[in-house]
Amino acid sequence: MPKLTIDGQEVEVAPGTTVLQACEEVGVEIPRFCYHERLSIAGNCRMCLVDMERSPKPIASCAMPVGEGMVIHTNTERVKKAREGVMEFLLINHPLDCPICDQGGECDLQDQAMAFGRSGNRYHENKRAVEDKYMGPLVETAMTRCIHCQRCVRFTEEVGGVEDMGALWRGEHTEITTYLDKVIESELSGNVIDLCPVGALTSKPYSFTARSWELKKTESVDVMDAVGSNIRVDARGNAVMRILPRLHEDVNEEWISDTTRFAYDGLKLRRLDTPYVKKGKSLEEAAWGDAFAAIKKKLKDVKGSEIAAVIGDLADMESMVALKDLLGGLGSKRIECRQDGTALEAGVRASYIMNTGIAGIEEADFLLLVGTNPRFEAPLVNARIRKATRKNGLKVANIGSAEDLTYKVDEFGDDATLLKKVLGGRHELSKALKAAAKPMIIVGQGALRRADGAQVLKAAHDIAEKYCVKEGWNGFNVLHTAAARVGGLDLGLTAKGGIEAIKADAEAGKLKVVFLLGADEFDTSALKDTFVVYLGTHGDEGVKNADVILPGAAYTEKSGTYVNTEGRVQRTAKAVFAPGDAREDWTILRALADVLEVKLGYNNLGELRARLVKLAPLAATLDTLVPAEWADFGAEGDVAEGGFGPAIGNFYLTNPVLRASKIMAECVEIREGNAEEATGTHG
Amino acid sequence: MMLQDKDRIFTNLYGHQDWRLKAAMKRGDWDGTKDILAKGREWIIEEMKASGLRGRGGAGFPTGLKWSFMPKQSDGRPSYLVVNADEGEPGTCKDRDLMRHDPHKLIEGCLIAGFAMNAVAAYIYIRGEFVREAEVLDAAIEEARAKGFLGKNACGSGYDFDVFVHRGAGAYICGEETALIESLEGKKGQPRLKPPFPANVGVWGCPTTVNNVESIAVAPTILRRGASWFSGLGRPNNTGTKVFCISGHVNKPCNVEEEMGIPLKELIEKHAGGVRGGWDNLLAIIPGGSSVPLLPKSICDTVLMDFDSLREVQSGLGTAAVIVMDKSTDVVKAIARLSAFYKHESCGQCTPCREGTGWMWRVMERLVKGEAEKSEIDMLLDVSKQIEGHTICALGDAAAWPIQGLMRHFRGEVEARIDAYHAKAAAE
Repeated sequence: MPKLTIDGQEVEVAPGTTVLQACEEVGVEIPRFCYHERLSIAGNCRMCLVDMERSPKPIASCAMPVGEGMVIHTNTERVKKAREGVMEFLLINHPLDCPICDQGGECDLQDQAMAFGRSGNRYHENKRAVEDKYMGPLVETAMTRCIHCQRCVRFTEEVGGVEDMGALWRGEHTEITTYLDKVIESELSGNVIDLCPVGALTSKPYSFTARSWELKKTESVDVMDAVGSNIRVDARGNAVMRILPRLHEDVNEEWISDTTRFAYDGLKLRRLDTPYVKKGKSLEEAAWGDAFAAIKKKLKDVKGSEIAAVIGDLADMESMVALKDLLGGLGSKRIECRQDGTALEAGVRASYIMNTGIAGIEEADFLLLVGTNPRFEAPLVNARIRKATRKNGLKVANIGSAEDLTYKVDEFGDDATLLKKVLGGRHELSKALKAAAKPMIIVGQGALRRADGAQVLKAAHDIAEKYCVKEGWNGFNVLHTAAARVGGLDLGLTAKGGIEAIKADAEAGKLKVVFLLGADEFDTSALKDTFVVYLGTHGDEGVKNADVILPGAAYTEKSGTYVNTEGRVQRTAKAVFAPGDAREDWTILRALADVLEVKLGYNNLGELRARLVKLAPLAATLDTLVPAEWADFGAEGDVAEGGFGPAIGNFYLTNPVLRASKIMAECVEIREGNAEEATGTHG
Repeated sequence: MMLQDKDRIFTNLYGHQDWRLKAAMKRGDWDGTKDILAKGREWIIEEMKASGLRGRGGAGFPTGLKWSFMPKQSDGRPSYLVVNADEGEPGTCKDRDLMRHDPHKLIEGCLIAGFAMNAVAAYIYIRGEFVREAEVLDAAIEEARAKGFLGKNACGSGYDFDVFVHRGAGAYICGEETALIESLEGKKGQPRLKPPFPANVGVWGCPTTVNNVESIAVAPTILRRGASWFSGLGRPNNTGTKVFCISGHVNKPCNVEEEMGIPLKELIEKHAGGVRGGWDNLLAIIPGGSSVPLLPKSICDTVLMDFDSLREVQSGLGTAAVIVMDKSTDVVKAIARLSAFYKHESCGQCTPCREGTGWMWRVMERLVKGEAEKSEIDMLLDVSKQIEGHTICALGDAAAWPIQGLMRHFRGEVEARIDAYHAKAAAE
């Protein structure tokens, strides 16, 4: 452990630490622009220069590894002058258009100019202007403001895994660009906005809509996928203005996917803001009382066995509990959370979570993907895999369709029977799994949604048991795509026969009433002769055959418990109120229960959560990973030949919020438009 | 004191003889190379250290010492020798002639230096504009290979070694060793951060030494004639011979090999036919290529041409490219032109150089016309100090020094011009 002296303080740090990091450890702040702890070191902004004894020149502290006996000074006249000099250079060609810049108020350049710059201007030449670049519908550019720190370039290349950004030309003509005015083809592209220390890259949808200091910040959790990225929801009045990532080392580090960041306009469009009741052939706006009365009227002569419920992908556990209890009061236990027909069962928790955790990917040395495309199903899991391949030399193999995952993958073909061969022990993959110290397997929903999903699950279980489950290491992982799924399974909300049986029974007239809790991801045409009560947020698939619509609250409008794909319990927070007459889902169900004369036994969120913890004790363990016990799961039997289907459709359109979003629609158009261009048929 | 013909290393500097292998061998190249290699790595490096040879690319770092930084034992990675033939320093044209007329000196040097640092190959990174020189080098390497001097069991030494020529694309910055390495790897030529130094992490992440063409080309002769011969020439710490490139306002611009420490005046009078219009018509000289501060006549009268002497007068030997300016020169404009060069060649990676070179050039352009305030001279110097020593590579320093030199010696001229401009403006 090298020992060094920083401004007279002795400090001992781990070898390989940089001077800048060592300074931070003793609480000495070093200004910087290009340095970012999650990116490679560029050393180009020169803002972090400090004095090192016996060095004739000041050194870039971000790039200098500590050495035994180093003596560092950060408060000398020379350091002060160096900082002032760099600050001045950065500002001479910066437009200083802070009053009209979206970065204003949260700009590193502003802050550091205040702290380390000198006042006054000595530059009387003409300033440089740079043409703005087109980077797609998400990232707005004002390239004259760019200070060439190259954080965006390093991010897209290192974390995003696409080489879509770079610096053209040289000297003072250097320009950051996406080369041919193309979009950044990464699902994480929005993060360059946060990384940009100035206002060169800003959010296009957010541009000129608010100033950062007038926003109310609410710490919450994302539900666009099953990662449970930690987010901050910034709202003004009752409108969500933007969504930013929040640091969580074990989940999303400090990145979020583009759907997480830009879905928020979908929260304002196509919203259900008043109850509807079907009169004749059309849905008509109704008062809450009328909607409840219509349900009560229908239920009067319906038996418990003729009622079922389907849980959507964005539902919080509280609403699920309320719906479960309501159905119980009506005499039905038929409540299903697997609207995509996955073969996962409640019960053995190890069978449906990511046992290694997302951060565990960094410990693994071999990864087998089975029927999953993490790049689109969970961009942050994919980013973590890419990080592990770069940092720890993680090897990745794939059984499933070959896609560009942004890192090297050994493709073994898209055939489920390979699993049996791997299990046989002779296959190349068997050897690789066996040789690895910490092998892991990620099974996607694409693999489990097949007719023989339970057998595939069993095969995956057996492979895991043979190779991946060791003392202190469970390498079996399921990657979910729905934020509500693990919570639903934790509550045991599965019904015999799953969604297919519900559809069949509805068509056969055996089901009279179906409750949909934001269930929009399955074809509801089977329910057209059934009385459908839809409780949700958007006019999407679920309302097509609805008889009564009850407007609920989206994830930014309620405090709800979600369990991510790792089995991590997290809570959203209420940033704004639901629009119009819409209410938080559980309160609607609680009110409906009163009308239906069902006693739920709770009158407030606290009591409801007590009931939730009773049903799913792990729901009390907020933000902790509780190791799940390994057991047998899946079903014995043959696995049919043939590949795995995709787990999700279009990445930008996986849920009702995203489908309502104009920004996402633009993304789809552009990403698919590019594909069209590539074929040469484009005008 | 003038270098005697018997002490010349580059006996075909002017191309009076053929460059090909046969003629080169007559001049003594490839003579006993096997015996030199047989003496072993340690001996070669010690001999190079003892010769006192300092790098001929500009910085003057002791060559033998540089070679000794290379790992003695490979950790699995191969080592490489990279020859910097990206001669771009304005005023410098020595390496070009060495490669054009005496390529075998360089190639033999590559083998010996490469052997000494346990390198598996040498890459000669040659400036893109040097088309013919690259052709000559390629042909000469082919000759050496055919003769068994390179390739497997080079010169019968039992050592496998090869030399490759890589052509650059003509960017000045690619002459900086780490930018050269980036460029050699196929990337944009931008200097790397140091540490790690190339001897540790160089081309393709492997231990690498980057040497100037001249440093490598003189090595075989030094080893053949002995370190003491070389160190007997010149002055202590500034030993040996050096190829000087004399250009500008002299009667006969030329390249000439001379002893280190020759008086500047003697160098010009003896070899370049003197300053145009006589020594008294001299205004200033840039003694070591565009990057070093210029010297006024008063200093040129007596200064010696070596690293330490020039350093004492706040300039430098650099590449020993002597740029002579007589009294017809607009010295402000001359330096402004250099500022334009550095602005143009800045890679744009780090802030002080990217922003500062353009700023300095713009101020210099105004100073040429006198369209400025006198206070701006000090501001310009301050800006140059804000660049100097604060950048990733030395290009920032190189851009700052000419201006600092100008203001050190010709501030009066600059101020007079400002006065004249203001007087004219007031009259109008």
